[in-house]
Amino acid sequence: MKQYTNSGNKDTRSGFGAGLLEAGQKNPEIVALTADLAGSLKMDAFAEAFPERFIQCGIAEANMIGAAAGLAISGKIPFAGSFAEFVTGRVYDQIRQEVAYGHANVKVCASHAGITLGEDGATHQTMEDIALMRALPGMVVINPCDYNQTKAATIAAAEYEGPVYLRFGRPGVPNFTPADQKFEIGKAVMLNEGTDVTLFATGHLVWEALQACQLLENEGISAEVINIATIKPLDEEAVVASVRKTGAAVCAEEHNITGGLGELVSGTLARRHPAPVEFVCGGDKFGQSGTPSELMKAYGLDAEHIAEAAKLAISRK
Amino acid sequence: MTNIEGLKKISSQVRRDIVRMVTDAKSGHPGGSMSSADFMTALYFNVMEHNPSTWTRNGKGQDVFVLSAGHLTPVYYSVLSRCGYFPVSELATFRRFGTRLQGHPSIDKGLPGIFQTSGSLGQGLSAAAGFAIGKKMDKDDKTVYVMMGDGECEEGQIWEAAMFAAHHRLDNLIGIIDWNGQQIDGKVDEVGGLGDLEAKWKAFGWTVFSCDGHDFAQILEAFAKAKEEKGKDRPVMILMKSDMGHGVDFMAGTHKWHGKAPSQEQCAEALSQIEETLGDY
Repeated sequence: MKQYTNSGNKDTRSGFGAGLLEAGQKNPEIVALTADLAGSLKMDAFAEAFPERFIQCGIAEANMIGAAAGLAISGKIPFAGSFAEFVTGRVYDQIRQEVAYGHANVKVCASHAGITLGEDGATHQTMEDIALMRALPGMVVINPCDYNQTKAATIAAAEYEGPVYLRFGRPGVPNFTPADQKFEIGKAVMLNEGTDVTLFATGHLVWEALQACQLLENEGISAEVINIATIKPLDEEAVVASVRKTGAAVCAEEHNITGGLGELVSGTLARRHPAPVEFVCGGDKFGQSGTPSELMKAYGLDAEHIAEAAKLAISRK
Repeated sequence: MTNIEGLKKISSQVRRDIVRMVTDAKSGHPGGSMSSADFMTALYFNVMEHNPSTWTRNGKGQDVFVLSAGHLTPVYYSVLSRCGYFPVSELATFRRFGTRLQGHPSIDKGLPGIFQTSGSLGQGLSAAAGFAIGKKMDKDDKTVYVMMGDGECEEGQIWEAAMFAAHHRLDNLIGIIDWNGQQIDGKVDEVGGLGDLEAKWKAFGWTVFSCDGHDFAQILEAFAKAKEEKGKDRPVMILMKSDMGHGVDFMAGTHKWHGKAPSQEQCAEALSQIEETLGDY
């Protein structure tokens, strides 16, 4: 298989912070808002470089989304950030009415997404956010896999006209995508070509899928690995073309089984090319306190589980 | 800029439009539309600096208005059409399938004059505050107006936005509350317990004026005072004391006409009490 090198673990939220700064340097219309979490979202560099374009909203997420919509209508490009749970579930109606239905060019920026938030526990570990944001007409949903890709995705979101949900996380994870790779919204990224099964992965699970690919190769199984960084709009052509070739799929994500990547890919295949699909996801459960790696293992979100799911999918061909 | 005699004529026609639109649609919200008809007319025909013929959604270089109480589309659409944002004849399509005049304001359909969707209560003040910051960033000296209901102030987000606007010293933001004391389920005092609204806004750092929302001289004076506050680093709230259903005796002073359409007979009775001044649509 194609080999990828981890240039050193980095958190994807820092990729967001770096992307926001670079986007802000390119375009003076970009503004940033936070609800008392500038540090956690690594927005400090932007705030320091452009204090007049940084708006501290205090612990009031609903107002932050509305204010971001108002700024967008006036011609600005607002990036409004908080923890994923508080910037989706807590403010779903505000995003629905003011941003999505309101066609406001707001970038909803969600850090600490998924179970790898870790020790804070289930109150803060949203695994339902992708489902919520996917359900909104016209909302673009992006879940990049590492620091470099998150930085590139943030810059791409700034250049895209329309509402975007940008999801990233807290823990350091392998940084392996090329630093100069441009992010194309709506394009799946082929990481490894294979013939027996396709591993579709998003976010932190992409690196795990690459490790699973190696485990499978050791057993003589050829796995294709595709990074689905844009969940909506899904790159349907890439999904269908790959499964036409391999005949089976695994979807891996740090999300509830309902409304995530697995259901999305399965629905697409049901319409266009029915094939067995296995789900590696958080099931229908809340998280709990623990280290990210403990939780990934406990909830079956690692390379070993992906490899097992791949063999199961192949057996169902 | 229309004088008081002219404003009276327009608001009479606006009330006729409201009653006819809601009757024809067999649904909608006449009560609050009629309580806010006078100051909405004053706002668009006297107070705001705006040009319907060059309207764009970003509102650059113009005063802008956000209707936070999104159910008040009958008065909103009537006033917008009467000052030239779209043909008056289009009022006949209110709430019908395919219309630009959706039940609550929509961006989807591209109706000129509408800056933002609303209807889920308590959200417009936040958008208006964001808009006001955008204008300050652009060094655009025009004003952002926003109207809420008094019952709407039961929404927590209103108070998030109230703190936010004061904290960011948005002296280019003028709020208006249709202070009619009624909401769907009854009197505001009995349903939500708002308490001392004036003291609350003051405590949140706003400059507050109040007036009789059916007296044009008082309305214009209140707006003039509000405009003079620009440059003083504080947002302004005008509490417009009003009667729900004002202008029609059997609709006035009760919550029962908050969201109910008159029958054809009730419509005829209502119209007999409101002078046709500019021609019905």
